[in-house]
This record gives sequence, C-alpha cells and structure tokens, in this order.
Amino acid sequence: MPSNEANRPCTPKTNSDENQIEMPTVLVNGKEVSIGDGERLNCIQAAKRADVEIPHYCWHPALTVVASCRMCLVEVGDKKPDGTVAMQPKVVPGCQTPVKDGTVIVTNSAKVKQAQAATLEYLLLNHPLDCPTCDQAGECFLQDYTYKFGHMQSRLMEPKTLKPDKDYIGDQVTLFTDRCVMCTRCVRFTREVSGTGELQVINRGSHEEIDIFPGMPINNKLAGNVVDLCPVGALCSKDFLYKQRVWWLKSADSVCPDCSTGCSINVDQNNETVFRLKPRENSQAQGHFMCDDGRFGWKYIHSDARLKRPEIVQGDRRTAVDWDSALNATRAALQDAVKSNPKSVAAVLSPWMTVEEAYLLAKHLKSLSPDVRLALGPVRVDGEDDHYPKDVRGNAQANVKFTIRAEKCPNRRGVEAVLQHFQGSIIAMGDLLVDAAAGRVECLYLVGGDPRGWITEDQAASLAKVKTLVVQDLLPSAASARAHVLLASGSFAERDGTFVNHAGLAQAIKRSIRSPEESRPDGRILWDLAGRTGLFNASVFRHEIAQEIPALSALAGEMCDSGVLLK
Amino acid sequence: MPIQEKDVVWIEEPELSFWEQTFLPAVAGGLKVAMQHTVAQRSVTEQYPEQKPDLPLHYRGVHRLNRDEQGRVRCVACMMCATACPAHCISIVAEDASKDWPDRDKRPQSFVLDELRCIFCGMCEEACPCDAIELTSIYDLTGQTREQMTFTKDKLLSIYDQTKDNPRDPVRTHRGRLGCASELERQPLSATSPKPPESPRAKKQ
Repeated sequence: MPSNEANRPCTPKTNSDENQIEMPTVLVNGKEVSIGDGERLNCIQAAKRADVEIPHYCWHPALTVVASCRMCLVEVGDKKPDGTVAMQPKVVPGCQTPVKDGTVIVTNSAKVKQAQAATLEYLLLNHPLDCPTCDQAGECFLQDYTYKFGHMQSRLMEPKTLKPDKDYIGDQVTLFTDRCVMCTRCVRFTREVSGTGELQVINRGSHEEIDIFPGMPINNKLAGNVVDLCPVGALCSKDFLYKQRVWWLKSADSVCPDCSTGCSINVDQNNETVFRLKPRENSQAQGHFMCDDGRFGWKYIHSDARLKRPEIVQGDRRTAVDWDSALNATRAALQDAVKSNPKSVAAVLSPWMTVEEAYLLAKHLKSLSPDVRLALGPVRVDGEDDHYPKDVRGNAQANVKFTIRAEKCPNRRGVEAVLQHFQGSIIAMGDLLVDAAAGRVECLYLVGGDPRGWITEDQAASLAKVKTLVVQDLLPSAASARAHVLLASGSFAERDGTFVNHAGLAQAIKRSIRSPEESRPDGRILWDLAGRTGLFNASVFRHEIAQEIPALSALAGEMCDSGVLLK
Repeated sequence: MPIQEKDVVWIEEPELSFWEQTFLPAVAGGLKVAMQHTVAQRSVTEQYPEQKPDLPLHYRGVHRLNRDEQGRVRCVACMMCATACPAHCISIVAEDASKDWPDRDKRPQSFVLDELRCIFCGMCEEACPCDAIELTSIYDLTGQTREQMTFTKDKLLSIYDQTKDNPRDPVRTHRGRLGCASELERQPLSATSPKPPESPRAKKQ
C-alpha cells in the first residue's frame, strides 16, 4: 500500500474527560468533529462540519445516493480502540460512505488529489468548454472544481465527441446535451421528488445522454428545479436563458409570496430589474426546492400596469399628487370620519401585507378610536393542496416531499395574529362590503396586494356609498378605479418585513429593488401615515411588535435566515 | 489556478555603488541630454491635419466588431468585454442564435458601445474569447450629438468593413497566438490612412 504518512492525521487528542458524554467523533484531515448521536451523515457532510470541501456532482442531500460521478473520492479509515489508524487501501466515494465514531477521512493526500484531478479531466474530455456562451458560467461546479482541484490543460488530442442539443424537452427547460456530466440528479429528481419521471438516461457508455420519452416533455410544476440541481450548464431555464450573466446578479433573501408554503428564496436582480427567483434551502419551510408557479410568477413586478404615483380626487377628477398631500388627505379623512362616527371607519388588511405593515395600520387606526373595524382581505384559495411526489396515475404518494398549497397568500396567519390582538375577532371583507353598500361605512381603507386580483367588479360596486375610499395597492383593480385616495405601494421584492407561513414559521423578506417611479413600499407609507419619526426599519420594528403581541413574541430574537417558529 | 508559492520569484533591489550614491553620473547624463537638445534642434511638431501622424502599431482607436468567414458578426454575446470594461461603456443584449445559425448558441441582439464613456484601455479586446471586438487605428473620432457617439452593432460592423483591408488594422488576436501585426518589422506606410466613420467634418471635406 503506497503510504502518504505525512498527510495522515496524527494521533487524535483523546476526549478523556470522564464526566463528559462521549459524542461520536470523526477525524477529517486530522481535525476532530463531533457528530450527533443519532445522526446519519456521509463523508461529505461530516467533512463540511470541519470546513473541508469534498467536491461532488451526483450527490445531493435531497436525493438518493448513486456514487456515479466519482468526484468525491476520499481516503477513509478507522481509528481502532488502541489508537492505531487502519486506512482502506483504495479511495472510496465519500457520498456513499457513512461515518461512525472513529472514522478517519483524508481529503488532502496526494492519492486523493490525483483521483480528483483525474476525475475532472475525464468529465471534461468531451465537454465543449463553451463557457462564454453558457448561462451557468460563474456558478458552474465544473469551473469551480477545475479551478480548485483540476488540471488546467486537456491532454486530449482527438476531436471532442459533441452530442447535439435537444430541440425540446419542456416548456421551461432546455437541455444542452454536450455540457452534461451525467450526474443524473435531474433524473432522480423527477423520479423521487416530483414523481413524474419524465427524464431518463438513454443509451449506455459514452453514448449515454439525458432525454425524455418521445412526446412526454418535462412540464410538471416542479420542473424548474432540475435547472438548479444541474451542477453544470446542461439544463438551463428558458425564462432566464441569455438574459444576464450571473456574476452581475445581486441576491437578497426573501420568501415566495405565491402560496402559504412560504418557500425561502433568493431574489436575483441587477440594475433594479429582477431576473430570477431561486429556492434557498430551508428545512423548516420547504426543503431545497420551489414550484414553477412561484419561480416564474413574479413578472407583475415589472408590469407596465403598476400604479406608479399617489393620486387624490380633486374636484371631479383624480390627479397625481406628491406623497405628503396624499398622506395628509388620508389622515384628514380618517380623523374627520372618526370624529363624526368611529363605527363608520373601517379597513381591510390584506393577507399579502407583512406583519409589520398590518401592525402599523391596525395600531394607527385603533389609536384613532377602538371602534374602528378591521377586516381580513380575501384569502385566495385555488383548488386543493398539491402534494409531491406523484405516482404513475398522478395521485400524491404517502411520503410527501413537497407541497404547493391551495391558499395562495403568503401571510394570512401573520395578519390574523395582528387582527386578533387588536380586535379579538376577525371580520371578513364581505361583511364590511355589505355595510358599505348600505351606506354605513363613511371612510374605508382598502389594502390590496394580490397581483392576480382580489376584488370583483360587483364587490367594488358596493363601495359606491363610501365617502372616502383609500386604496393602497400595487396594481390597478376594480377598487382602485373608484378610489378617492390611491396609494401606490410595492411588490414583495421592494419591501422589508415578515411573512408567517401556513405552519407558523415567520421568515424575513428583504428589499432587493426600489419601487418603480413614485410608488413606495407599504411599510414606508404606513409608517408615515402613522406619523412616526425616523425611518421604517423592519428588523428593529419587529421587536416592538414582539413585545406588544404575545402571539408574535418569538419575533423578539434575532431573525435567522431560516426564520423562527411562532409558538 | 491560483498562483502557486513556487511560481513566485522574489527579487531584491540592486544595491547602489559609491558613485551611484553621489548621483553625479546621473546629473552629468541629464546635462548631456539637455545640451544635445540645445545644439541639434530637430523639429518635433507635426503639421496636423495636413500631415497625418505615424502612430505606433499598438495605438488604440475606435472599436470595431469583426465578422467571421460567413460575414456574420463574430461576437457570441458572452459579455466578457462588458464585464472587463472599467468604464461600463458596453451594453449587450443577447439572444438565442441556434435557430438560424446551427453552429452557434448565442449572438448579440444589440451591441451598444458608448464611445464617449470609453477610455480606450483595450480591456475589451483582451477579454474577448472569439476575437470579435478590436480597437482600430482610427483616432480622429468626432460627433455632434451624444447619439452619434453611441455606436451600435451595425456601425461597429461597418468600421470593420472599412478597416479590414488596412495593413495597420489586421485581425490581430488568434486565440493566444499573436496576429500578423506582430511579425511586421517596421510600421506600414500610412498611404491608406483610415477615414473616420461618418464624422461631420469628413462630410464637409
């Protein structure tokens, strides 16, 4: 056995404190890491805890192990009770090798480095090296690993075998066959997570490639995830194709607002233009993935129809005004109406508002008079919860790995918690509209936010008798057409705040772009409306809410990237 | 690949000798040059514009976009030039080319270069992986409006058509191998001096 004793870990320091409970310990390049008692980790995960990167293509934490790419080859051994270390004679795939107490992993020996470089050279043999025209360039694991672990030159003298690209494999996904490294992550995803099984490996040996069954394209609702899973540029998103080089994108942590699952996402933007949403791993929220409804459902952010400036009715016409005038008019109308009859003042809080915005509006109106009525806006529900993986007939299987919820708003629970606190009960928007139609509502503050429409023409017709109708929304609607004061607000990508998902997980959304033209994020509008001093700062303001509302007390601590579960 | 420690060569500053420390030889050398200028008066002023300057071969003037063998734009819209550009003067919109051009994935739908912002550093030329953007020897660039100085893809291609036969502006780089300009012993005569692209002054002449 060729030895490389120099790189071997030296004798580990003993964990001989009698009182201490012995945790299983793994040695990674001579560094000790403890793993939990019941944890089932492989070498890649154990090494990550020691800040050692083991390169890998085919392994993904959410998919089964195939150990086919051979990129994660490491030396593995055992520390015997007498302190000696017995190493296995060959390098083994780290993704397939579980660790236990006393496992020794070596990733920096000459043998491992040689294996990594050889694997990369093999994977790059027939790779077209078209990085300049490849969308993955900049976030490509072939590039990164070649830089860190590979050779810089190819020794191949023969012409490369380049397989032709596929004309069509799906509505959202393109396949550049020549760039593929056959890690089969995409194949396993469609079999194990979406359960739809559209993708497969056809042919064998050097002829093997990813393909669909003829006439069965990959058009399931999770199809976009194969683009994220692909470690190279073989699967690309048609929506994002050639739109932007990825190194120009700046991303902000956010939460997908398209259903109550509340998938953690990154919003990638450049020059105030959003280019794509990508799922951010969060085991508390959704796992590793997101659905295509959310992934491609953000286009309204840049819609030309967006409300771009505040307007108020002056005379018989509604004209654009500056924010001070619009907010003064709103404040004056609310105060006049409260003075004459507080019961005739009402507001509708949309489940698209953040907790902070709901709190600001509810607190301000209740401070004018406790008799002001607050209602919850319409909670849009489309069909039933859509569970994945599916079986052959398209029915959900028992072990659910991903759910697209029927409730299509991001923050019903958060807004309900605020309403419960200030009012004790939750009024539906329909009840308020009945009162409004009967002329019992003098001043009504409506907050929209649902980009797919939240009020019908018939419902809006019952607002005819409202003396002052304030509408705060980002897109025109039947209500905004009748508004006396129109406040142009922001989309989720323009706001800071907190969304509470269906399971009570509160997650922060962060501003990634500025609102178009004169429109402002809701938090700022309501902050100014409430006459507070300073600037709206969601992460600071959250503490005030946590102190006042017991149901939201969990927001008091530092909000980590994966959010906090409300009690 | 990151620079390896073994590839780094550390060098020491050479030590000055006794006479060098006095600076007297350097002072004498300087005086000699000054005297030469005083005694032998050679005129260095060029009679521009009647007499055109003989620019060095590496002079960096107006950009051009090269064409490939089939007359198509060579650029593959990889945006390396826009990334490398320190003045942020290049903006490219890419599009899928595979439908019309089976050998290519990507091409520029629009390629706009703001010559007013450009600092003519030549980084775009250096960054280009397919020898598409190059700087020509055209130096007298004028325009009456900002729009005239914002060069589009068509204009940049027309500069290629205008300069490609000029011996001073050969297609220079060939993927690492230097172009024919590097093999020229002396500068070619400026008999076929390039004309500036549609500058108003050229129209008047």
